[in-house]
Amino acid sequence: MRSGFLLCGVLACTPLFAQDTKKEIQKYQQMIADGSPVELFELEGEALWKKAQGPKNVSLEKCDLGQGAGVLKGAYARLPRYFKDADRVMDLETRLLHCMTTLQGRGREEATKRVFGNENQPSEMEYLSAYVAAQSRGARLAAGTSHPREKEAYELGRALFFHRAGGWDMSCASCHGEEGKRIRMQDLPVLSKREFARPIMATWPAYRVSNSQFKTMQWRINDCYRQMRYPEPSFASDATIALNTFLTVTAAGEPYRGPGTKR
Amino acid sequence: MTRVLLSSFLVFPLLAGAQTTAPDVQKVLQRDFKARGQATMDRVVQDGVQRVCTESDDRPPAALAKQMEADQLKAIAFPEGSLIGDWKRGEGIAQNGRGLQWTDPAGAGGGGSCYNCHQLSPQEASHGTLGPSLLRFGATRGNGTEMQRYVYGKIYNAKAYNLCSQMPRLGHSGTLTPEQIKDLVGLLLDPASPVNR
Repeated sequence: MRSGFLLCGVLACTPLFAQDTKKEIQKYQQMIADGSPVELFELEGEALWKKAQGPKNVSLEKCDLGQGAGVLKGAYARLPRYFKDADRVMDLETRLLHCMTTLQGRGREEATKRVFGNENQPSEMEYLSAYVAAQSRGARLAAGTSHPREKEAYELGRALFFHRAGGWDMSCASCHGEEGKRIRMQDLPVLSKREFARPIMATWPAYRVSNSQFKTMQWRINDCYRQMRYPEPSFASDATIALNTFLTVTAAGEPYRGPGTKR
Repeated sequence: MTRVLLSSFLVFPLLAGAQTTAPDVQKVLQRDFKARGQATMDRVVQDGVQRVCTESDDRPPAALAKQMEADQLKAIAFPEGSLIGDWKRGEGIAQNGRGLQWTDPAGAGGGGSCYNCHQLSPQEASHGTLGPSLLRFGATRGNGTEMQRYVYGKIYNAKAYNLCSQMPRLGHSGTLTPEQIKDLVGLLLDPASPVNR
């Protein structure tokens, strides 16, 4: 036992195994990225961006995502941020919804009737998110941190991350708080730490191979709370935006390389 | 009671500098979340355990933790007789990750989500690591009355033994019935269970 430990200590055995596993996972990730339909979502999103809709029968092409009306390049990488016209910090989906109601004159109820799609029918929000996010490839994540409301959102998001409640007494940190842990076979990134938050936030929104669906960050947060046995967070609510702000600010500086393709 | 109050005062000043307190967050949850299915809004109102663990960053003062753990323990109704149920049913309950979500039907039929976090039967390779491995749990610890009570109690209300444990209070929360918990005790303690073979 003792000599076994000496021969097969931390320096020898574990890294070999870990390297093999890591290589296998990288191979798998490369494989699913090669066959990813993300580009199709981007194309469909572009068509929807340019499609005249709503009572005002206009497209979203004049939508200001924070870099000026209609400027898409690098806009997603700088969200969430404070918008003076709405007097709120907004993430991508919230801002898209804002443009649907203001520019296109659509009702909030109609525009949010089906924000999360399914395998057979993705949602308008998912297509649009894919298109807009793709225009930030290569831009470094730089969510707003200077406006007092942005600071407030970050602080609230951080407090939410560690807040324990719900039917199972959970906070985000119950699963994303300790390094090297898994749920079943799924690795759990410690999202309050920079080195873990960066690769994750740089690849959302994302296509998920396991259920053949394109998923947005609003969905990701919604589905975590479902599994935490909370009631449902309202779409585009300040709580969800605050959490997204905390995560994106923690990931600041990482070049965006999404929309991603995930297991 | 005095001790509880004193200890609480020890906790709160640590947070005086924080910008967003647990009551602040609770108000935000009450404003921004909505009931859906069985996931009702009372779930965002923190109980004492959730509040103390949030405010102390899961490191409650020892005296306070001890008293609150004792209170949680007192509230467990231990069934009479042997607590070792059917390990075969227990394995199914351990595998089942449903229950209490807004997508789940209300009432019984949920599971314990045990494999999400623990290794149990060696045949199940897809197990999480958030909790300790429970492989050979009964074989190494025995299955006497005290051990049965401990395992039943731990599953019913993990906070009775470790106040800020990340393990859900599966009986206390109504996720599992006493009968289901006994089946899980069987899975962990029955010598015939794959956990111990």
